This record gives sequence, structure tokens and C-alpha cells, in this order.
Amino acid sequence: MRPFLLALLAKEPAHGYELKQALEQTFGSAYPSPNIGQIYVTLGRLEKDGLVRAVDVEQSNRPNKKVYYLTAAGREALDDWVDEPTEGPRVRDEFFMKLVLAPMTGIADRMALINRQRRHYLALMRDLNELAERTDPDNQVALLLIEGAMLHLQADLDWLERCQEDLS
Amino acid sequence: MDTPPVISTVNLVKIYQDGGVPVPAVRGVDLRVEPGEFVAIMGPSGSGKSTLVHMLGGLDVRTSGEIWLDGDRADTLGESAWALLRRRKIGFVFQFFNLVANMTVADNVELPALLAGASPREARERREQLLGALGLADRAGAAPAQLAGGEQQRVALARALANRPRLLLADEPTGNLDSRNTRDVLKLLGQVHRDGQTIVLVTHDARVAGLADRVVSLLDGQIVDDGALPVSRRRPRGGVGDVVELRG
Ligand SMILES: Nc1ncnc2c1ncn2[C@@H]1O[C@H](COP(=O)(O)OP(=O)(O)OP(=O)(O)O)[C@@H](O)[C@H]1O
Ligand SMILES: [Mg+2]
Repeated sequence: MRPFLLALLAKEPAHGYELKQALEQTFGSAYPSPNIGQIYVTLGRLEKDGLVRAVDVEQSNRPNKKVYYLTAAGREALDDWVDEPTEGPRVRDEFFMKLVLAPMTGIADRMALINRQRRHYLALMRDLNELAERTDPDNQVALLLIEGAMLHLQADLDWLERCQEDLS
Repeated sequence: MDTPPVISTVNLVKIYQDGGVPVPAVRGVDLRVEPGEFVAIMGPSGSGKSTLVHMLGGLDVRTSGEIWLDGDRADTLGESAWALLRRRKIGFVFQFFNLVANMTVADNVELPALLAGASPREARERREQLLGALGLADRAGAAPAQLAGGEQQRVALARALANRPRLLLADEPTGNLDSRNTRDVLKLLGQVHRDGQTIVLVTHDARVAGLADRVVSLLDGQIVDDGALPVSRRRPRGGVGDVVELRG
């Protein structure tokens, strides 16, 4: 979550709860909503590393709130994050390890593993279908995130089919 | 008395003859589909998916085995009896569309309902509703040849549903669609299914298969898996957001 918070703070200083809301608004239900505790823990670490700094803002009838802003070092860390190439989808896949190793030990049958995994992926796809239906059609960011997840699942399923053909 | 399954096959086999060489395409399939069920059929190319649904729709003759539809034996029917049966209770979407070339899109969609005895007004209303749902309202007057592949495919789906058939058989109904058009088709399929439509649908598209209650996987003409999609463990929390996280 660190780079996301840095990016939001690059836009404008904010306190913890505003950051939580900004994340929710941007990604909708397509991204797990972080709890406020996680956000404060992350902000604390960023502060310790000198990437953000906090100022206390007095409030008339409530406790002071901390408003966070980005430091020059924070800006640099954000730039590095944006500039570095992003890891693609996993190349090594835990399921593949099971598929290769389990039959050697007699623990499981390959076809059964593949069939179970297919059903699992399709159940995820069903959830994504429902999520897409529930998502505000104007929230392009959320819809693109969902569509990306769907395309990955499709690739995983196509690959399972290959495994089933070649290993049967 | 219990309602019989919409489809029941017993040891269904299809062996094509390819220049004297037997090609076994479907090898002993036992499949039961209950009223209102949505079954997706998946499997690699050449695994026998089209052959299976063609036999279920009487478009291909089985080599051996039995097909029962709504409790009646169907595999022993002749061609004209099958044609009547299809008209009465089966909507079929082919992998390669099969629209009537010299009729407009509107007439293509209305025809099955009219043949089944719907009034012209009913047929027109249903056609308008279906073409609207599939984003094709403004193509009603076009001839099939004037349409893009993906449009023809959606017309074929509208035609198959025009009759509110007892059984919808569809072979790759989204094979030529981009993601926006696929979304329209998904919505329509989800809707008719919720209204009780029984569906057996061949697909490679996981989004479509994700709508099904149950997935049947074919490999080399045999069923290698048949079962309901599990309820995902993550669901009760409401936010399916973590599904996306899982992909990361
Ligand atoms: N008319 C035919 N004559 C001879 N062989 C055929 C005929 N139709 C299909 N086959 C063979 O039967 C097997 C199953 O074909 P089928 O079309 O049912 O596969 P499929 O699962 O629908 O594939 P795809 O995903 O490519 O549509 C294949 O080996 C195919 O070559
Ligand atoms: Mg086919």
C-alpha cells in the first residue's frame, strides 16, 4: 500500500481517513478496502523512513488530527516506483508445482487436480461477473481492474486446458 | 410425479466416417440436465462439444446410445419429427450463425415465434425486446450479409430465444464478440436464466461459463468432469474485492 499512499499524498496533503476514502473512491469495490488501522501503520512507517511528514492540525471540538504530506525523499521514492518496470503475472505458479509434484508422491491424481482448479477459477469468474454487475458503470477504473482480472483468469483456464490435453 | 429432466442421454456415441476411417467424436456420454439448469460445456478444440450439442438438437444423428428430452425418447425420431420438436421446444445457436440470408434481421428473429404460432404482434414485441437488449435495435432492417460477424452472432442468439424455448442450446455464442458485446450477451443470458430458461451452452469463454450452475468438461469425446461451481470461500465478506487481490 506504500506507493498508493505516496501517490495520493503527491496530489495533496491528507489525513488518514481521507486517504482511505480516496482509495475507495478511486477503485470502488474492485479493490479491497484497507482498514484504517493498516493505513495508520503504513503512514507511521513512511514517516519513520522520512518519506512523509505529519503536522498536527487543531480542531475546535475534537482531538487534533494529523495531516500528512510528502517529503522530497517521498517524491523521489514515488518517481522510482512509477519508473521501474512492473512485474508481469506470475511465471511460477503454486498450482503448477502441485500438478508436477503431487502425482510423484501418489498424493493426488493430475486430472482431479486440474478439474478442481478449473471449477475454482470458474467460481472466481462468477464472483467477478457479479462484481462487475454491481459496479457503478461510470467507474472506469474499477471496471478495467475487473476486466484485467477476468482476462488473467481466462488465460489460466486456457492453460489448464493445455495441461489437461498434454498430461492425459 | 417428478418432472423428468429436460435432457437425459445414455451412453451417447458419435463416430464419424472420414474417408472410411472411423473418427470417434463422442464416446459414451451420460448427461442429465434438470429444468432451469444452466450447464456450460467446455473442453479443447476437437473434444466433441459441437457434435454433442448437435446430437441433442437432432442436427446430427447419433451412432448409438439414447437421447431423452422432457422424458420422451428423441434419438429414434426421423428428420421431420426432429424439425417439429426443435420448432416446439429448442432454440439453437450455431457456432457459425446460420441466419437466413435473404431475410432481414427482424424477420430472422421473428420467424421461429411465428412458426410456433405466436401472433405477429407478440413476435414483433419479443423481437424488439431481444434486439434492444443485445444493442441491435437499429440493425433490424439490415440483411445478415450487411452485418459484422459479432452482430450476426447476436442476431442468432435473439432468434434462438424468440420462442422462449424449453431448451436453449448454444455453441460458442460469444466466439466473435468484443468485450462490450459479450457483456450484453452475458446480461441477457443471466436474465433469461433467472427467469427459468434451461441452457446448455458450449463455450471457451470463462465469463460465460462463470454464469452457469454447472460445468461439464469434455476431453476426447468423454466427460472428464461434471459438477457445480463451488461457492467461493471469500464470498460472505461481501466485497469481492479480494478476488482481484488474489490475482495480483
Ligand atoms: N462431419 C465430420 N466428419 C468427420 N469428422 C468430424 C466431423 N465433424 C466433426 N468431426 C471430428 O469430430 C471431432 C469432434 O469435433 P467437434 O466439432 O465436435 O469438436 P469441438 O469440441 O466442437 O471443437 P471446437 O472447439 O474446435 O469447435 C473432431 O475430431 C472433428 O475433426
Ligand atoms: Mg465446436
